[in-house]
Parts: sequence; structure tokens; C-alpha cells
Amino acid sequence: MHAHAAPIALPAVRFASVVRHFGAVRAVDGVDLSIAPGEFFAMLGPSGSGKTTCLRLIAGFEQPDAGHIEIFGETVEGLPPYRRAVNTVFQDYALFPHLSVGDNVAYGLRVRGIGRADRDRMAREALAMVKLSGMETRRPAQLSGGQRQRVALARALVVRPKVLLLDEPLGALDLKLREEMQSELKGLQRALGLTFVFVTHDQSEALSMADRVAVFNEGRIVQVGPPEEVYERPATRFVARFVGSANVLEAREAQALGGPARPSSLRPEKIALLAPGAPVPEGAALVEARVTDVSYQGPVRRVSVLTGEGLALTAAIPATAAGAMVGATVRLAVPRDAVRSMEGEQ
Amino acid sequence: MTRAPLSLKIAAIGGLAFLHIPLLFILLYCFTTEEKSYAFPPPGFTLKWFGVVWGRADIWAAVGLSLKVASIATVLALILGTLAAGALARARFFGREPISLLFVLPIALPGIVTGIALRQAFGLMEIPFSVWTIVLGHATFCIVVVYNNAVARLRRLSPSLIEASMDLGADAFQTFRLVVLPNIGTALLAGGMLAFALSFDEVIVTTFTAGQQSTLPIWMLSELIRPRQRPVTNVVAVLVILVTFLPILAAYYLTRHGEAVAGAGK
Amino acid sequence: MSLASLDLPAPRDGLLRRLSDMLVRRARLLTLLLLLPPLLWLGLVYLGSLFVFLGQSVFSIDEFSGTIVREPTTATLLELFRPANLDILLRTIGISAAVTVLCAIIAFPIAYYAARYAGPRVKAAFYLAVMMPLWSSYLVKVYGWKLLLAKEGAIGWFAGKLGLAGALEAWLALPLVGGPSLSVSYTGMVLTFTYLWLPFMILPVQAALERVPPHLIEAAGDLGAAPGLVFRTVILPLAMPGVVAGAIFTFSLTLGDYIVPQIIGTSALVLGQAVYTLQGTAGNIPLAAAFSLVPILVMAVFLTLAKRTGAFDAL
Repeated sequence: MHAHAAPIALPAVRFASVVRHFGAVRAVDGVDLSIAPGEFFAMLGPSGSGKTTCLRLIAGFEQPDAGHIEIFGETVEGLPPYRRAVNTVFQDYALFPHLSVGDNVAYGLRVRGIGRADRDRMAREALAMVKLSGMETRRPAQLSGGQRQRVALARALVVRPKVLLLDEPLGALDLKLREEMQSELKGLQRALGLTFVFVTHDQSEALSMADRVAVFNEGRIVQVGPPEEVYERPATRFVARFVGSANVLEAREAQALGGPARPSSLRPEKIALLAPGAPVPEGAALVEARVTDVSYQGPVRRVSVLTGEGLALTAAIPATAAGAMVGATVRLAVPRDAVRSMEGEQ
Repeated sequence: MTRAPLSLKIAAIGGLAFLHIPLLFILLYCFTTEEKSYAFPPPGFTLKWFGVVWGRADIWAAVGLSLKVASIATVLALILGTLAAGALARARFFGREPISLLFVLPIALPGIVTGIALRQAFGLMEIPFSVWTIVLGHATFCIVVVYNNAVARLRRLSPSLIEASMDLGADAFQTFRLVVLPNIGTALLAGGMLAFALSFDEVIVTTFTAGQQSTLPIWMLSELIRPRQRPVTNVVAVLVILVTFLPILAAYYLTRHGEAVAGAGK
Repeated sequence: MSLASLDLPAPRDGLLRRLSDMLVRRARLLTLLLLLPPLLWLGLVYLGSLFVFLGQSVFSIDEFSGTIVREPTTATLLELFRPANLDILLRTIGISAAVTVLCAIIAFPIAYYAARYAGPRVKAAFYLAVMMPLWSSYLVKVYGWKLLLAKEGAIGWFAGKLGLAGALEAWLALPLVGGPSLSVSYTGMVLTFTYLWLPFMILPVQAALERVPPHLIEAAGDLGAAPGLVFRTVILPLAMPGVVAGAIFTFSLTLGDYIVPQIIGTSALVLGQAVYTLQGTAGNIPLAAAFSLVPILVMAVFLTLAKRTGAFDAL
């Protein structure tokens, strides 16, 4: 505790220049991070980007080689996992195969010395919360993937963590179940007012669930912010490409399109295909280009084009719009304010 | 599945018969009336040898010593083998390979070498022969049986289970008691039973570490070299088969899902 | 949603928990502590004794007093190459080789049948049928063969009944493999050894054969290869690592045994018996140690070669 404990809430999790390497690999390479209490925080990145290691550093399965980690103001370096007020939902759920569902959920209570009757009651309540009432006597092996996920969730929540860590929690579920669990997790987090930190490599999952997203690349955080900001204003080429595959423009190219004379991003869905003879909308630049590829993706068509100046762009146009043919020359309108400077680039 | 050629079938079944027929003959000779030779077919049949064995104090003393040695050696092997498996199942460090070789060495090298080496060491340190000198030898080669079984099971145990346990508030000892032990329990039981059978049956190392004491195999060996009442030896042999058969069968059923009964060998 | 509202009691903070803190923080310390007892046991008790014993092979024995001369010399090691001792070594290696070949021949059909044709039930039965003799008492098994091989025993009787008594006589009259009866001949000794170690050959060969993908055999057949050719060119090479792995066992176990030759066999010594007599009645520990080096050396060479053929994957 600092001498002048301010009334403002301490961050739930704070990283200061945290480094963790495995041999020569710097898995986490100087990460600064501050997660607010009650926040739904996503760590997004490709595999090997350091996001899972960061989660394991919070849980206490890894110790930092340098830097500083706090959980609600308490320094946790050197603290083993069982002395931290955080709990984890594992990617493979890690349910104990030799225990029933009820005993799995009650495990954390048991090691705290809570009596059988009390812990059974609390386990029942927790299972009810994740809609698994009556499953207490089953074995984990008898459950479906979605049910196991809920047991893992109940088991972590029943010990009342201050921060809940979720490692790719939806990765093993099929699409429909995943969407269902997304809204359920979000609802649970809101109702409990808990801090959730979750790791994912799926950008749409991160964007739809999180209050804030941290994008990881090569052991560093390259951008943190609300989903809209990360999506609309990617700070680097990596973020632009990894989150929603934006067009990346060099300073010269951005300027030619009426944008800033800086490396910039351009979302494909901002580019409009103009009908022959149609006027160029106000505030947009006209680009004439040859279509090199078209791919149909359900609601949209992605059209790749190449201009005479050698600029390659991808536009996402409504699938219902009259199709552009490969080899044809098309007219595209690029709104000037859609060309956005990437602040993290030189 | 395609059908096997007849010749292959005959060869396979013949080979298995080769493995089992001698044991049947031992059973047969328990009932022979001829005690001076191995005359075949037995001239007559009798049950009297079972009574003779029942009354022989020297046999029962040997059985008692063997059971005692096997029990102590098994407990020691269980402790040391489990510790070794816990250390080597996942850890990667310099010197790991030579250390795992060291655990296998006692069954890889001829028993006579182990036996003489131990006897020399006892002589050098002036340790008199006792139950403990026998146990010392047996535990040495029983460790590997427990180790092999435990390591195989530990490697199949997901590391996230241990992390989950600690994450939920259990310290290392609680985690071992509540998560690790229940998950490797049957493998340890199987390893322990095999260790018991191995020790109960061991003769080569024991000849060097027993001194004047007589375990059951030592008793049998002296009967083989200087036979007295031959059918008595047969009855004891059948007894030995039973004592080793049951734990091995149990070990097989405990570990048959996914892993072979590991660590064969004398 | 009442869960977050109350606080759980903190777990009791005992001595064990603090010890656990230390171990979790230092994984290497934990590994070391786990490893220490078994390592001390095997390192001190076993390796220590082994080195002290084997180390004596560089000493020699004083021929008059019979005491050990503790001065390094190669004389004892060179003594191994005296004709009488070389005889013992060659004889033992010859027997081991014969046992190994015989084991491979008998094991192959069993392993092949179990790996390729047996359903799960039959396979389990085969496995048990191999495991049981493997783990049965060594002495009991030796005893079984003593019964069978005795002059008045079952093999002789069956040979007589089948009209093969003459053939048996003729075999026993042969030099080297023959003798006064089966129980005092090399034939009997090799048979007994083969019987004892056969399961050690079956298991790795079966493991190796199970790794041969069935479609490989079918493919060879489709390409028009005759069954014999498929066997020689596809199955046998793929089974070889298993055979080598099995041979490690059959060879080394035969090499070091001294009890079978004592009970069944000729009066000519084999290596194990030589070591036994040398350390016992003869009291020549240095030469016993020198003899003991041979099986260790042979096995080291064997293992190095086997490692190259990938035999260890079949273990």
C-alpha cells in the first residue's frame, strides 16, 4: 500500500516492464499493462505472441524474469498460484477425472478446509449458476464439451476469485455453442462484477466480448484499447492486418488517396464500388483499377484490385452488389477519412 | 480381418504350448508316487506330498523369509521408484539420460555381477548377512519396475491438472495427495505387485546376499542341485507359481488400458 | 448472484504450506529433492559396489599366498585370453547366439499372428499367455525342464512311443550337441535358455510388427509380389528392430546366467559359472571381475549397434 492510498480503485492487474524468456526465446518482452476492476479484458494475438504466457504470469504458473506484477495493489512475484486471488479456466478445462462433477467444483473449498455439507451446498449453487443443476454425481468423462466448460467455470467461480482468467475458453467448442457461451460469459461477468481476463487468437471473439483488447505480437503489446478503436484505428501494420485484414498503405500511397502523408490503414469495407458513370461521392478519392481476384464470403465479396501505379487494394463489397469480374477495370471510391494514420508506425 | 494361413496358426499355437507345457508337468509331478527319479509316466498318484510340505518347518521358514523380504523391498521400491518417476517424468535437465540409464542398469546387467558386487561391498564394510542385506539387493532391481509403471502413467497425466489444483488453492502436498496420487494409484499398485513377484522369485542376487539364510528360491535351488524328496519340490514350485501368478494377473488388469506391464526382466 | 459477496476463509497456513512455497518457487530444488533418495541408493549402494568390484580387474592375485595384490596391472585382463579362459568365453557367446536365433525363430510366428491376425480378445489372451511364463518363477521354469529332459523323463518317453528313440539316440551321439542324456547336453541347456527368454523376444517383435502398416503389406501384394517375397522384402526388414531389441535380452540374460548350466548342462564351464567359482572357492576376485567385464562390454557394443537400428523404439 502506498502512503497516500487514493480513493480511486487500484488496477485489478498491473504489469510493469514484465519480461519472461524461455532459453533464448523472449516469450514476454517488456509488457506494461493495467486492467481495471470489473473489466472484461481480452489478450489477442497469434500463437507464440506471448498472450498465454502473460495469463500464466498472472495465475502464477510462470514467474517473471524481470519487471513487476501487481494484483489489486499486491505484489505477486514469487507468490505460488495457491496464494493468489485469481482463478483460471483452462483451455482443456483440466477437470479432475477421478472426481465427480460436484467434487470437482467443491475442490477449491475442500482444500480451504470447508466442511462437506457447506461445500456441497456451495458447489450446487455454483452449478446452478452455470445451468448444470443435477449433474453433481456425473463424471467429467460423461459430459459434453460445452458442459465441461461450464463445470470448469463453476469450479473457478465458486472460490470467489478477484480476477478470473480464461485461456482460449471457447476454442474447443463448435460455432453455435461458442456464440451461446460468448453471451453467457458476458452476462455472468456483468452480473458478478468480476474482472475477466481472457486469451484468444480469434479477433471476432475478442472484439465482440471485451471492454478492452490488447493485441500481442512477438512478446509485446502493440496496441491496447476498446474494440472499436483497435478495429477502426489500428496503430501498426501488424494490428491492421491481424484484426480484420485491413489494407496497409505507405505514406506516399495514403497521401495519393487524400489521406495523411503517413503509413495508414484502410478498412476494405469502407471502399465502395461505383457503378459505371456514377458520380464520385463527396470527400472520396476515385481509384481506377483492374480486378485480380474475387472471393465470395457470404455477406460480402472480397475484391482484390491493382491500380496502374501498382497499388494493390482489397475491397469488401456487399455480395448482392453487381459483381466485378476478374480482369475487368472498375471504379472505386475511397473516403478520405477512411485512410487513417497508424500512430505506432514511423 | 483376413484369415491366417494354417501353418502360421500351428506355429503360433505350438510356440505358446512350448511356453506352458513345462509348467503343466510340474503340476503333474506333484502327485507322483516316485520320489527318487523323474520317471514318466508317473508310476502312481498320491496326495501325500501336500501333507509333507505342510509339515516341513524349513519350507515354511523359507516362505516366511521370502514374504518378509519381498514386502520390505516392495515398500522401498515404491517410495524410491515413485520419487524417481516424479523427478524424471517431465523435467528436462542435463544428466537426465544417464540417470534414467542408472535406474535400468540393475536389470540390464547380469544378476551375478550385481550379486558379487554387493557381496564384496558387504564384506568390505563388514556388514553381516541379514534380512536387510537381501532387501538391499532386491530393492535395487525392484525400483525400476515401479519407476517404469509410474513414469508411464505420469506422462499421460495432463500437466494442467496439477496447475488447476494449485490454481484452486491447493499447495504442493495437497495436490500430490488429492490429484496426483489418485491418478497414478493403480499404476503404483501394479508396479508394487510386479516388484513383489520379482523379489519373491529372485535367486541369482540372493545367493550372494543371503549368507546362510534361506529364501524360498534358495531352498528350491539347493533341492535342484541335491534332490531329496523330488515331489516336495514340485509342490513348492506350484506354490511359488500361485504366489507370483496372482499379483501379476492383478497388475495386468490394473494397467491394461493403454500401457503394457512395463519393466520386464530378472 | 451472491457468490462474490462473501469472502472464503483463507486456507490454514501451516509448515507444510510454507515448505510447499519454497518447492513451487524452485522447481529445480523439487526435482533434486525427489531425485536424491533414489539416486543416493542406486549411486552409492549399487554403482559404488559395482565400481569397487569391477575395479579389481586391474589387480592381480599372488599365486602363493592367494591374496590380492593391489597394484594396477593388465596381467589379469590378459589372462582372459589364455586358451582355457578364451574357451569359456567363446563357448558362452556361442550358446547365447544359438539361444537368440532359436528364440527369434519360435517367437516370430507368435508375434506375427498376434500382431496381424488376432482380434482384440485373442490378442489379450496371447498377451497374457506370454506374460505369465515371463513373470513365473525362474527356478520353477528351470525345474520344469529338468523334469522333461531327464533320461527317464517325459521327452524320452514320448520319443520312445513315437518311435523316435533311435533319432534321439543319434542326436545325443553327435559331438558337441550330444551327451549322455538331454539333461547333461548343450541341447538341453540351449532348449532351457530358449524357453526361459522366449517371452523377451516375443514382446518387442510383436510391438515392431504392430507398427508395420497393414496397407504396406497389401500394397506389396497388389504390386504382384508373391507372399514369400512380401515377407522377405517388407515384413522382415520392418520387424528387424524388434528382433534386435529382443536379442538384447536373450543374449545378455544367457551370457550372465550361471544357474541353468549348473543344473542342466555339461561339465564344461560357461562364463557365469566361471565367475561364480572364481569369486567363491577359488577366491580370485580380480579374475572374476575381469570375466564380469566381458558381458558388460558385449552388451555395451550390442546396445550401441542396436541404437543405430532403432531397436529402442520397439522396447
